[in-house]
Amino acid sequence: MRAGVVVFPGSNCDHDVYHVLAHVLAQPVDWLWHESSDAGGCDLIVLPGGFSYGDYLRAGAMAALSPVMAAVRRHADRGGLVLGICNGFQILLESGLLPGAMLRNRDLRFSSRDVHVRVERNDLPFTRCCEVGQVLRMPIAHAEGNYVHSEAELDRLEANRQVVFTYVDPRGALDDAANPNGSARAIAGICNEAGNVCALMPHPERAAEAVLGNVAGLWLFQSLLAGVAAGVGAGAAEVLR
Amino acid sequence: MVYPRREILDPQGKAIASALSRLGFATVEAVRAGKSFEVELRADDQAGAEHILSDMGRRLLANPITEDFWFELEEAEP
Repeated sequence: MRAGVVVFPGSNCDHDVYHVLAHVLAQPVDWLWHESSDAGGCDLIVLPGGFSYGDYLRAGAMAALSPVMAAVRRHADRGGLVLGICNGFQILLESGLLPGAMLRNRDLRFSSRDVHVRVERNDLPFTRCCEVGQVLRMPIAHAEGNYVHSEAELDRLEANRQVVFTYVDPRGALDDAANPNGSARAIAGICNEAGNVCALMPHPERAAEAVLGNVAGLWLFQSLLAGVAAGVGAGAAEVLR
Repeated sequence: MVYPRREILDPQGKAIASALSRLGFATVEAVRAGKSFEVELRADDQAGAEHILSDMGRRLLANPITEDFWFELEEAEP
């Protein structure tokens, strides 16, 4: 699996993602600079966490207009895989590659702690190694993770099975106290209709090594490896090569 | 001017409202917190300027899912 990690000014989880892909999973990884208009021959593009462009205007709003996002859009249109993490999620929302928007956390605080999310579907390259209903403990670190959309669009999202991760308690049950930011319908991660663009607020790359005491995030990265090995997203790479 | 949409909960405005009432402003009913931008631009006429500003608001300055925007025009010194 050839992966590309996008680097915006203000990205700060780019090296963590690179480390997991290149060193933990031993995959070839390219840096994709925000001014680049070419995504190379990647199977997977990761938009990492951080504070791209200082979160000016709205989190992700400036990054959504950077040249590399045109390349990410072309990659996604061709069926290539795109994973957004935290600020990457916000950027995908602002760019319209995923539906919805983020508000400030309902308690107005930057929240940095472990949360539990439930995997809602495993027929995606991002979750294919998971069980439906599996609970993953992963850290969050954000101030704007309060997912919002109109009730009609939230219904549509659920009807289309685009909710991929939901905030739950450690046993996997919905509980408002387990929702760290007030997200509508406890949404922690979603995908596009085609299922090749997916994003979540928790940080799988910060929970992907035994030495860190948590390897829950590896479920996502191993799923992507297996997905690419099975040919998902390979079309995009072929076109780009 | 860019403001959170009416139906969107504005926790920032709520926090400011409660701080104002703690200061003794007992008559405060509600506060909404927004942003304002001053944009200097060239346009042939008022309609042209309105067109450009609407486009800016829709495409960047406001997020249509969570925010409403409006603007006032002022002619600059020639």
